[in-house]
Amino acid sequence: MLKSPGPKLDPNKANTHILPEFKYLAPRTVEEAIELLSKYGEEAKVLAGGTDLLVRMKQGVLRPKYLISINRIKELSYIEDRGDHVAIGAATKLRALERSDLIKELFPALHEAVESMAGVQIRNMGTIGGNLCNASPAADTAPPLLVFEAEVVIAGPNGRRVVPITQFFTGPGKTVMARNELLIEVRVPKPVKPTGSAFIKIARVAMDLAKVNIAVALRMNGNVVEDVKVALGSVAPTPMRAYRTEEFLKGKELTEDVMWEAAKIVRTEVKPITDIRSTAEYRREVSGVILVDALKKAIDRLGR
Amino acid sequence: MGTRLINFKLNGRPVSIEVKDNELLINVLRDRLGVLSPKYGCGIGECGACTVLLDGEPVLSCLTLAVEVDGREITTVEGLAKDGKLHPVQEAFIEEGAIQCGYCTPGFILVAKRLLEEVKNPSEERIREYVRGNLCRCTGYVNIIKAIKRAAEKISGGKA
Repeated sequence: MLKSPGPKLDPNKANTHILPEFKYLAPRTVEEAIELLSKYGEEAKVLAGGTDLLVRMKQGVLRPKYLISINRIKELSYIEDRGDHVAIGAATKLRALERSDLIKELFPALHEAVESMAGVQIRNMGTIGGNLCNASPAADTAPPLLVFEAEVVIAGPNGRRVVPITQFFTGPGKTVMARNELLIEVRVPKPVKPTGSAFIKIARVAMDLAKVNIAVALRMNGNVVEDVKVALGSVAPTPMRAYRTEEFLKGKELTEDVMWEAAKIVRTEVKPITDIRSTAEYRREVSGVILVDALKKAIDRLGR
Repeated sequence: MGTRLINFKLNGRPVSIEVKDNELLINVLRDRLGVLSPKYGCGIGECGACTVLLDGEPVLSCLTLAVEVDGREITTVEGLAKDGKLHPVQEAFIEEGAIQCGYCTPGFILVAKRLLEEVKNPSEERIREYVRGNLCRCTGYVNIIKAIKRAAEKISGGKA
């Protein structure tokens, strides 16, 4: 056995890449985690994969006094077929989603979104719950979950509640969750009829966050659109559904003209800003282009 | 802030060490256990230089709390050689000259090792996709990709 030499940190040699101090808590059950969250409130943060939280702590953006790790809660990591829906534990690693045949078969757009995220290391660390709870407008898992009309299960001191993902995000970094609540599960309804879905992301390089991302889920009745859902990220304060675009497309044949008309509509629906990753103008323009691309990809998948 | 005793396997050997709540795995490995292959690059999850294998899967040791590896298994490139013989991925990196300054190398080797466990003969596209979380600022990617292909051939015991 290697013997521990004990703490010895030469300040001159100490790595500057360190974390500020906090107390680490590792509850074993959801109930314990809720108790800790209730007790420490504003001073606590939930630690899942840490790929976002720890970065922000290093950068001094966040200074929680307590980190409540949910990584020792066994019951939070699973992908389960429950007949009419697939249930995903909130602490399920992105990589587990990527490697799940069930997800790949039923929800190609979600599979593609996860595959597009960061590098393999980050996907081995990051969780679906973390991606949603950070509530980044650019969160890649959000648009697919929006088009599949997923629900999230939130646990709190007074029990559990189920919230449609369309109502989950309330602003950049903000969700409907209270301080003492914990996201525990994501439920994705299985499509009742053949549905083609696709996800497309525009980013500077493969590792980057999205400048714009989009997911569509499409159902056809013969040549006309029976139902379509469109959701975009990084073009509004929260990931958003493009309801007017959807309404326009329903009942229409998906000709080039119709799709490019829809592209015009989606450009009026998005509310992008200019930031470090892109400009509002570019985001608006490209939203229309990737809508057309995503629709074509979805049709192709339906055809197969 | 507390400290706690954690036990984990490091390159096959049991380690028992007292760590602070806020200590990062990379610092415990490098500063306290003398395992120097994981490198501190960006510190924010962009470069992959600090990659280690956690229960066989590549993760970033600069964004992993040491307390969270309690009971688990860590592998670094120090643990890859068997009976004094380098791992095929290590050999291939040497043979293809896939190392310039060497800073990114341990991360690339660990990720490549995992890739070749998953896919026997990955396409160039698959390789590039898989190593996208690792940066080489000497821009030695061409030889790195070649090395991974060569390693695939070595492991599968013949030409791809």
